[in-house]
Amino acid sequence: MKYKLLNFARQLALMLLVIWTVVSLVTLLIEAVPGDPAMVILGENATQEQIENFRVKHGLDRPAFFFTYSAEGGFVWNGVHNRYAEYWVGLLQGDLGRSFQTDRPVASMIFERYPSTIKLAIAAMLVAIGIALPLGVLAGSRKGSLIDNGASVFALMGISLPTFVVGPFLVYIFAVNLGWFSPTGSFYPEDIILPAVTLGAALSAILTRMVRSSVIEELGEDYVRTARAKGVSERNVLYKHVLKNGLIPVVTILGLQLGVLLAGAIITEKIFNWQGLGLLLLEDGIGKRDYRLVQGCVLVISVTFILANALTDFVYRKLDPRIRLS
Amino acid sequence: MSRLGYIGLFIAGLFILAAIFAPFIATHDIAAQNLEMRYFPPSAEHWFGTDALGRDVFSRVIYGARISLEVGITVVVVSAIFGTVIGAIAGFYGGFVDKFLSGYIFNVFLAFPGLLLAIALVAFLGTGQGKLIAALCIIGWVGYARVMRGQVLKVREYDYVLAARALGASNMRILFTHILPNAVQPLIVQASLGMAGAVLSEASLSFLGLGIPPPAPSWGTMIDEARQMFSSSPHVLFFPGVAIAMTVLAFNFIGDGLREYLDPKQRAR
Repeated sequence: MKYKLLNFARQLALMLLVIWTVVSLVTLLIEAVPGDPAMVILGENATQEQIENFRVKHGLDRPAFFFTYSAEGGFVWNGVHNRYAEYWVGLLQGDLGRSFQTDRPVASMIFERYPSTIKLAIAAMLVAIGIALPLGVLAGSRKGSLIDNGASVFALMGISLPTFVVGPFLVYIFAVNLGWFSPTGSFYPEDIILPAVTLGAALSAILTRMVRSSVIEELGEDYVRTARAKGVSERNVLYKHVLKNGLIPVVTILGLQLGVLLAGAIITEKIFNWQGLGLLLLEDGIGKRDYRLVQGCVLVISVTFILANALTDFVYRKLDPRIRLS
Repeated sequence: MSRLGYIGLFIAGLFILAAIFAPFIATHDIAAQNLEMRYFPPSAEHWFGTDALGRDVFSRVIYGARISLEVGITVVVVSAIFGTVIGAIAGFYGGFVDKFLSGYIFNVFLAFPGLLLAIALVAFLGTGQGKLIAALCIIGWVGYARVMRGQVLKVREYDYVLAARALGASNMRILFTHILPNAVQPLIVQASLGMAGAVLSEASLSFLGLGIPPPAPSWGTMIDEARQMFSSSPHVLFFPGVAIAMTVLAFNFIGDGLREYLDPKQRAR
């Protein structure tokens, strides 16, 4: 118990350390933007006063970090009133700063869009599991058969076909020609299907391969031979023994892939004009050079990913006693 | 190697040849616009039709192979070298060095989901081929580092390494003559899968408008431009789409073929 608690504390500490680094990287990356953001946003016709007001309001008049270094002056201590510290203070109060363009709080802009991205990612994951689990088990238990080869080709196609190729074709077939869904946006509940299939296609392919190779590997284990020798039916060997162990690595992949889905959602949202976090980052953030918004979006997506991974890790440990003990 | 592996090698070979000999294969000037010939369907004159500006799609797809493979190869080579060195250091020295590298640094880079770090880097630093390559290397090296570390950790414990050490071999000698050759195989697999990933990432970023800016004929940019008129002129999107899919598929086939070939456990059964 004591060991378990210690281990948990260590995991938690590592996670916090990683989050701290990610936040710091994102906070400091904004300093690498070429040119003065105030000039970029306000344009060439802005008066000196407007620029000055903008800089004061968004903290651009303060130093970037605790200290600055220059070849002539060496290290100069800037004190605690710097952008890095201020961003952290805001962050801990749930404040991600104000948008450079709309002047609205970035946090509320993000959380308006967050649910629709999560909805899309979960729908895509369900699509992927629905395809991959049956296909992977079939392929793995009949290695070398027609189904197996078919599944392998399907999987490789799914991995190789980019979402921005799959998406438009799905729209062409199912929305433009058959008229089943709206080509872009989400007007009806069923409009989530095309984006979810588009986003989930690659994951279903990865999962199919994973389930297949997992099933093949487990089928070669000694316990399967023992079970078979004891006269356990092939069906029970597969579903009671193999699948139970074989699904453990699949769970890990699923958790790790959530982040890939969140990043992939950026592309899918662009194709379908799906009003999620990705489109916010792309159009309102990067498109309008709203660096504060870009910062917030990248941060929220990354932290979601880190938390999902931590949760996956936790589930993984629960599932596999070998990891729990070691 | 499996049949699919050879098919992959064949397709990849075709694209590499197309990239090298692009000026001889292309039938038209890739920049030549002809606004009277917008969105023409494929014909004897324009094999893959023309795009929104009346440019020849076939020639642009051929030149696109250059961009894709150039970016892909550079990203794979740079991140493989960097990742291998870091992974070897982590695995070989172990202890605090390993804890810092694999426990902390690797985790930080893995904490950004796939493309997001590349998108963030490009968003802040600006677009262009050099910056794109840098961004993809920054997200790519960790994969090699992890593979290398795992291999080193495994091989390090083998008796022959112990024997070499007992004979007085130096760390460097052990690393280069005993451990590295044994770790090369999974690295090659990783590299061919990494190639597929890099080609796909370049196209994705270009599609998002964050990669190689127009008028360069990047496949991703071509697809983005073709989306507007997709329902009336699907060919403009179809051909670069097929080109990306084939290239990525080819390198995935190669990687898979090699993995099965190099893994005796899978081969025997």
